[in-house]
Amino acid sequence: MSTSTLKPTSTSAAPADRSGNGAPHRDGYEPNMVLATQTFDVVGTRPVRHDGADKVTGRALYGADLALAGTLHGAILRSPHAHARIRSVDTSKAEQMDGVYAVVTADDLPEAEDKLVDVGEGDTRLSYVHGNVLAKGKVLYQGHAVAAVAARNQHVALEAADAIAVDYEPLPSYMTAPEAMAADAELLHSDLRMKEFGEQTDKPSNVAEHFHWTAGDVAEGFAGSDVVVERTFDTSTVHQGYIEPHNVTALWNHDGRLHIWCSTQGAFVVRDVTSKILEVPVSNIKVTPMEIGGGFGGKIPVYMEPVAALLSRKTGRPVKIVMSREDVFTGTGPTPGSHVRVKVGATTDGKIQALEATLAYEAGAYPGSFVAPGGMCVFAAYDCANLSVDCYDVVVNKPSSAAYRAPGATQAAFAAEQVIDEVASKLGLDPVDFRLRNAATEGTRRADGPKFRRIGCEEVLHAVRDHPHYAAPLTGPNQGRGVAVGFWFNVGLESSCTLNVNTDGTVHLVEGSTDIGGTRTSIAMQAAEVLGIAAEEILPEVVDTDSVGFTSVTGGSRTTFATGWAAHDAAQKIVAEMRARAAKLWSVEADQVQHAKGVYSSNGNSIVFCDLAAMSSKTGGPVSATATVKPRGVGGSFSANIVDVEVDPETGKVEILRFTAVQDVGKAVHPSYVEGQMQGGSVQGIGWALNEEYFMGADGTMKNSSLLDYRMPTTLDLPMIDTCIVEVANPGHPFGVRGVGEANIVPPPAAIANAIHRAVGARMQRLPMSPPAVWAEVAGS
Amino acid sequence: MQSIHVRTKINGQAAEFLCEPRQSLLEVLRDVLRLTGTKEGCNDGNCGACTVEMDGRIVPACLVLGAEAEGADILTIEGIAEGSALHELQNAFLEGAALQCGVCTPGFIVASKALLDSNPDPSEEEIRFWLANNLCRCTGYDKIVRSVQAAAERMQQEATP
Amino acid sequence: MHWIDYYRPSTLEACLEAFAEHGASARALAGGTDLLVQMRAGRLANNVVVDVKAVPELNEIRYEPGIGLTLGAAVPCYRIYGDPTVQREYPALIDSVSMIGGTQIQGRASVGGNLCNASPSADAVPPLIALGATCRVASVAGEREIPAEDFCTAPGTNALGEREVLVSLNLPAPSPDSGACYLRFIPRNEMDIAVAGAGVSVRLANGCFDSGRVALAAVAATPLLVPAAGAALSGQPVGRSAIAAAAAAAKAAARPISDMRGTAEYRSNLCEVLTRRALEKAVERAGGTLG
Ligand SMILES: Cc1cc2nc3c(=O)[nH]c(=O)nc-3n(C[C@H](O)[C@H](O)[C@H](O)COP(=O)(O)OP(=O)(O)OC[C@H]3O[C@@H](n4cnc5c(N)ncnc54)[C@H](O)[C@@H]3O)c2cc1C
Ligand code: FES
Ligand code: FES
Repeated sequence: MSTSTLKPTSTSAAPADRSGNGAPHRDGYEPNMVLATQTFDVVGTRPVRHDGADKVTGRALYGADLALAGTLHGAILRSPHAHARIRSVDTSKAEQMDGVYAVVTADDLPEAEDKLVDVGEGDTRLSYVHGNVLAKGKVLYQGHAVAAVAARNQHVALEAADAIAVDYEPLPSYMTAPEAMAADAELLHSDLRMKEFGEQTDKPSNVAEHFHWTAGDVAEGFAGSDVVVERTFDTSTVHQGYIEPHNVTALWNHDGRLHIWCSTQGAFVVRDVTSKILEVPVSNIKVTPMEIGGGFGGKIPVYMEPVAALLSRKTGRPVKIVMSREDVFTGTGPTPGSHVRVKVGATTDGKIQALEATLAYEAGAYPGSFVAPGGMCVFAAYDCANLSVDCYDVVVNKPSSAAYRAPGATQAAFAAEQVIDEVASKLGLDPVDFRLRNAATEGTRRADGPKFRRIGCEEVLHAVRDHPHYAAPLTGPNQGRGVAVGFWFNVGLESSCTLNVNTDGTVHLVEGSTDIGGTRTSIAMQAAEVLGIAAEEILPEVVDTDSVGFTSVTGGSRTTFATGWAAHDAAQKIVAEMRARAAKLWSVEADQVQHAKGVYSSNGNSIVFCDLAAMSSKTGGPVSATATVKPRGVGGSFSANIVDVEVDPETGKVEILRFTAVQDVGKAVHPSYVEGQMQGGSVQGIGWALNEEYFMGADGTMKNSSLLDYRMPTTLDLPMIDTCIVEVANPGHPFGVRGVGEANIVPPPAAIANAIHRAVGARMQRLPMSPPAVWAEVAGS
Repeated sequence: MQSIHVRTKINGQAAEFLCEPRQSLLEVLRDVLRLTGTKEGCNDGNCGACTVEMDGRIVPACLVLGAEAEGADILTIEGIAEGSALHELQNAFLEGAALQCGVCTPGFIVASKALLDSNPDPSEEEIRFWLANNLCRCTGYDKIVRSVQAAAERMQQEATP
Repeated sequence: MHWIDYYRPSTLEACLEAFAEHGASARALAGGTDLLVQMRAGRLANNVVVDVKAVPELNEIRYEPGIGLTLGAAVPCYRIYGDPTVQREYPALIDSVSMIGGTQIQGRASVGGNLCNASPSADAVPPLIALGATCRVASVAGEREIPAEDFCTAPGTNALGEREVLVSLNLPAPSPDSGACYLRFIPRNEMDIAVAGAGVSVRLANGCFDSGRVALAAVAATPLLVPAAGAALSGQPVGRSAIAAAAAAAKAAARPISDMRGTAEYRSNLCEVLTRRALEKAVERAGGTLG
């Protein structure tokens, strides 16, 4: 391992000016740069992923590909109303149909106890999870599951679901946080009482929780400011948009054991939540995570697993349910729409004096909108002594929201980064320079209290300032360049990993983290680095919940960080064992054996890993090690964008001409897949910025629940997405890794809004910035 | 209410199957013939995950009835590699990290192969236009487009002795 | 999807007989890109599907100089834009068929299906109207011709009788000095339904517009021919002011609604912008200059 100051690595060389005043190098420009601080032998290289061949040949088995003998097909009946009382459910006609085997409703679920349950990235009330799986008494959104059937095939199942008669009494519905917060709004949950400042109150409300953080004296900060800008912003509900719909197969076997195969970001979460809902011990449930076709946070919640399980118990056969795309839109977690007010004050010397924000997020039908992380992130990039942040978690008649890549932070950044830009321009300062003058750094106190450890905010902003893109001229009228910066955390949680050394010198790696984008490989590479062997010599396998120790969700940007850490620790145990084995060979003490890069040596003797592995039988038997971790040294990540747009003032259409994503990743274990995260997150952010939205009718139903009208970006809507990886090592991780999966979605909407403002003078205060919205703004200004 | 007997050719081999007339070609491939490499993302023509080649032209298998396969020549992702050798596009996707979750990958590879068969040296714009019917939510397309370019380059090198 | 029966007649006669027998309970299947989606959504009640793609008359592309183009109703988009004669003679048709859906959809979708589906936003219809196309319709009782502008009667309904089938479209041969164009506006760059569209054709003579036709998509209950826009061009010198007058007439004729694809006000604005831009392109294709 070698350490130096920031410099490009050899894998993707790009000159970057670190010395002078930021004048960029124009020659030798690389679309994907890596500004590295440390180099390793395996970590930082770009091997072909281990599961690659299966995935390019169609052989990889995703949940919907599973077909157990005798499988029945399920379908779910969903509410057509946004809010209604269920007077009655009549399943008799469906039950009598030819080819129908079973029907279930909420009455088939055990009564929900009033207790908390860990749903992957935090706790929630069991009754909420219960109610979302199958509605009881009331439906709270269009798409809310009411009943389910199992039938001979999916066509019959759908026909049977249609034959279930539900008598609804429609109720008034609330689609936005301000509507649901109005004094005269009816309560979605009669038993909901607001939690305020961490205390449970007895106030009935649609506001589930009010958070408040403050530091210094905000009033004084604004009074002492030369420029103060205050604006409010709204963002629409958007969906994670993974291409693979949710799916499950459940077999409740005659021995009482329940086996679930599904597409999930957390097999253990499915096991534990299903166990609580169905009141079955976790030891009786085995969950096999199938290959997963995208999640982005949206495949953490449990939706159909308990339902398929009940249907299987009733029929004694495996039951498979696959959602339609419409079910995915109306029945699974979108990310909240938001209403955010931001106020920023600064003095002419370019220093921010006060920061204030109010965030109200639409949790959907049940509490839990991720507004709190939004409030923690809203000003995370800035060092300011006076700040005040209020957050409201509001229930509305939309699907219960789920995590979506840096949940809560993008909405907040859309607001904050526009106001910051406006203040910079009022002060006559370059927007990057203004941000740099106020950038958060080690020791800066975040809104919610904690002080940052080593972070890369300044380094990211330097990389933006020095990037050739930032200095490149724009080429025509109605073009503009915008920048923005965003922050997201990295969570630790729990992971397990086992390494089994084979006698041919390869190592099987057993882990429990669903691999959504190449983590088998990024985890294996960390074990390979420690063992001093090639990435290809590690053979990683993601296994079911019976076959590996507890492992938390693939989420919170934690998999490469935490499961990789478990692999690192397991590999260290293997090294220790291998030293003991070599010592035995040479009749020396283990501490007299040195290990470097896969070679074990002592007093002139040496042996490579592979040869030593071949002798394991003679030196004491199989070599195997397991490690479990609950890491604390998490490293949050900053991400910034430079984006050039062109606006057609006659139609309001925004073209993305050029886009650069810059992110501090700690250490890019596999730079190609890190770039992929940055590019994918950026493009999701672009979609969120420009066209994606839940278009709700006056009746509270979604009008665009197809991939035709819910407009995610296509190939033709985008340029190449350039990346610049900045490596500011996370001191809390053995290889300096930070979570990289999420921060990249945070800045794009704000950066694009800032670019539109520079192009045509319109200040966009609402997402999406769709053509009609931009046109109205341009025509109006 | 009668099932239909269909005779067709899939991945170069004669195949026959029984299907209900309402079953799509996608359902037939996946549920009847167990060729599950062809994926379903939307079932209404928008995502391209179900792309197959039918009589030399790519189509969304979800918008074709199984019965329409009578007498047709169909190519699916399972027929792209030749024997044990991956197609250059498959190699390029692996080397170029053009997949994350991989669920869109079969559709992209089948569609890209059809592009390169008819246009061996496409521009970036032509690639983007051709692939606009294939959605990928993970990659942002950058590495997919680059991998198609890389495969095209390599295939042309191989073609010119 | 509910149960259906499937037939694939290979002659026009057999096809017409199938419709004669099943009447309203039968639906034609061309590319299926509207039909199968709507059947799956439970929006159609038919229980018979007649696949018309094996009928030769519905599958031909035939051009006779001086007479015009016969385009079989079931010919998929890719065959149309792959045809060198159509490329040369009917660029406005190419504009529309190369923007319907994406590559895979274009492997299936037909102009006949686009027309019969009678969506106000159908992209192939305004250029057909602008080009003066007629529709050849047949049933066991005989044949008739319907002008393209009269074919769609309301959203999702067309002028066909229960037992009738659209056989082909006939487009007159373009005269020299003529040009046409179809433009639409969508928020993405592909895979989207028109928020508004404008199909136009012009004939130039001696520096003036000899005649012009303008038809709009997605701003009324059916694709809309705007005679006032054509009238604003006729006899006027080729230039921006006549085009502006035609564009204003198009905007005035539009009767759009507000929905998830755009507000009424926005759509009206688009009519003006798209008509202007399409006319400019049509003039260029006709060999004229805007001066
Ligand atoms: C993803 C996607 C994207 C799309 N994008 C566009 C777009 O950009 N622009 C656009 O205009 N449309 C678009 N569409 C709609 C559709 O593709 C077009 O309308 C297409 O032209 C329909 O042709 P088809 O051959 O598939 O028709 P089909 O679905 O086969 O038929 C459509 C209707 O017409 C009837 N019909 C068909 N042929 C005949 C006949 N010969 N005689 C009598 N009746 C007949 C059918 O019974 C049915 O009711 C899109 C659809 C999808 C799924
Ligand atoms: S499943 Fe066929 S296009 Fe999406
Ligand atoms: S790799 Fe996941 S959708 Fe493309």
